[in-house]
Amino acid sequence: MTPREDVANHDAAAATTWTGVIREEGLKRFPPEKLLPDGQPSYVSSWVYVFGVATIAALAVIVLSGCVLALKGPDWWHTSSVGHFFNSVHFWSVQLFFFCMVVHLLAKFLMGAWRGKRGTTWAMGVAILLISMVTGLTGFVSQQDFASQWIATQAKDGANPTGGGAFFNVLNVGEMLTWHVLLLPMVVGALTLIHILQVRMRGVVPPYDAREDDLGEVAP
Amino acid sequence: MTWKADTAAAARPWTGPKRRYDLVKEFVIAFLVISLLSVLLAAAFSSKDDPPVTLSAWAKADPMDFVATTLAELDGTSGTAGYGPPYTSTPDVAQKIGPISLQQIAGVTIPIDTAADFVIVPLSTLAADQPDVAAALQQWSAASALQHTAWTDAYAKGLGHATINADQIQMPAGEYGPVATMMQSELTMARAGGLEGAFLTHNHFYATDYTKPLLFLADGGYLESLARAQHLGGNQWGMMNEAGSYPGQTWLWFYTFWYQVPPFATSDNADVQVWALMMVLTICLALIPWIPGLRSIPRRLKVYRFIWRDYYKGTGA
Repeated sequence: MTPREDVANHDAAAATTWTGVIREEGLKRFPPEKLLPDGQPSYVSSWVYVFGVATIAALAVIVLSGCVLALKGPDWWHTSSVGHFFNSVHFWSVQLFFFCMVVHLLAKFLMGAWRGKRGTTWAMGVAILLISMVTGLTGFVSQQDFASQWIATQAKDGANPTGGGAFFNVLNVGEMLTWHVLLLPMVVGALTLIHILQVRMRGVVPPYDAREDDLGEVAP
Repeated sequence: MTWKADTAAAARPWTGPKRRYDLVKEFVIAFLVISLLSVLLAAAFSSKDDPPVTLSAWAKADPMDFVATTLAELDGTSGTAGYGPPYTSTPDVAQKIGPISLQQIAGVTIPIDTAADFVIVPLSTLAADQPDVAAALQQWSAASALQHTAWTDAYAKGLGHATINADQIQMPAGEYGPVATMMQSELTMARAGGLEGAFLTHNHFYATDYTKPLLFLADGGYLESLARAQHLGGNQWGMMNEAGSYPGQTWLWFYTFWYQVPPFATSDNADVQVWALMMVLTICLALIPWIPGLRSIPRRLKVYRFIWRDYYKGTGA
């Protein structure tokens, strides 16, 4: 086979490799101008739109402050004023995260943001809310202070009757810490990424009663 | 407009006017603002870090409650002893939804023998150096279950008339067998700070599982009395509170709401019932896009007209 024939054969084969299929499918769903557009429909102008990105930003601050806390281990915030400060940053960024997320959820509800095949985007958001709450619980019981003792001994009475407490032991500080710093953040991060890609794929939901002239035809 | 028409219109691509919108810049600004807010809030308000309650502190602050709890662990009448799964196989105590007990189905996966784990095993670490403790444990293990009950019942009755001075339990005269020595030794051990270690590292070096000390602590009344003083009790909306004036898990307000109202407020199966209700409501929340009626509420509320007022003003829609 000549080198030219080899190249031609390779190009034809590329789209059938797993790598090629994933690439082509990714490019089809998320062409660069859709993934990172530098424009939005004119109706994306209310301040309420800020709360979605503010939630993501708060998540980033949570993760970064959590990384700082992880550098020195779970005793640090009890024995060092710097450690306590970063624990406080982590705590307040969590409060901001939930505040922004709830405002974002309320806004999306009032905008009927699930219209136009965006139902799974909404459902994914609810899943992130739920898993974030569990992540928050694992954080509170990992703190190793008085509140941790009370929250853990109370939470067990909520978890055990559901059968879940048999496999998720809120009294086991080591277990809760590893769920908190590794397993749950991975899940929250992955679901958040999917949620963002869903929004990029479908676009921001248009207003109710948008003008006919502003809406194109759906591609076959 | 019908739901079908609404959703079909929303699925169509936007061909109307666009505006310049820098997503990356928006995220960077949001990140800087949230970072600054977090740092300012941390600097201004810090965060709660009340030291944990130790078994030593409990034994010193409320020795009577401590001894009563230790006795309950020994005679199998404590909360943990009669909890059911995942700690014990006590029958007919697991919560149910109708005929189904998820708690029972999950089974005992964290087995706790309260007499052994909370009393006998910790005291056995003293036996080598304290002959009276060794003799008491020997006497206890050689006796029958019926004899155990006779001793612990007598001790419980006597405890109602006992006093504790310094760390000495002054019991009225009675037939307590080895129980008096066991209770005194456990109180002394706790006050000296050795009990947590005995629970945690009885036969290994490292420990990160605080199940036993926490269950023991929660079986007493001291931890709860401190919590209730800070409005953290279940019927004080405690689930969403934090100690002091700090926000806690405020997002749990709806979860804890159900515990405050009938029938859940007085139900023996409140925990599993509230959980089941919240699961149903959460699933409904997630499935709103597919539930007729619910998915049309925003259209009826018309708050969207305020959110998209610029668009409606510009188009006259």
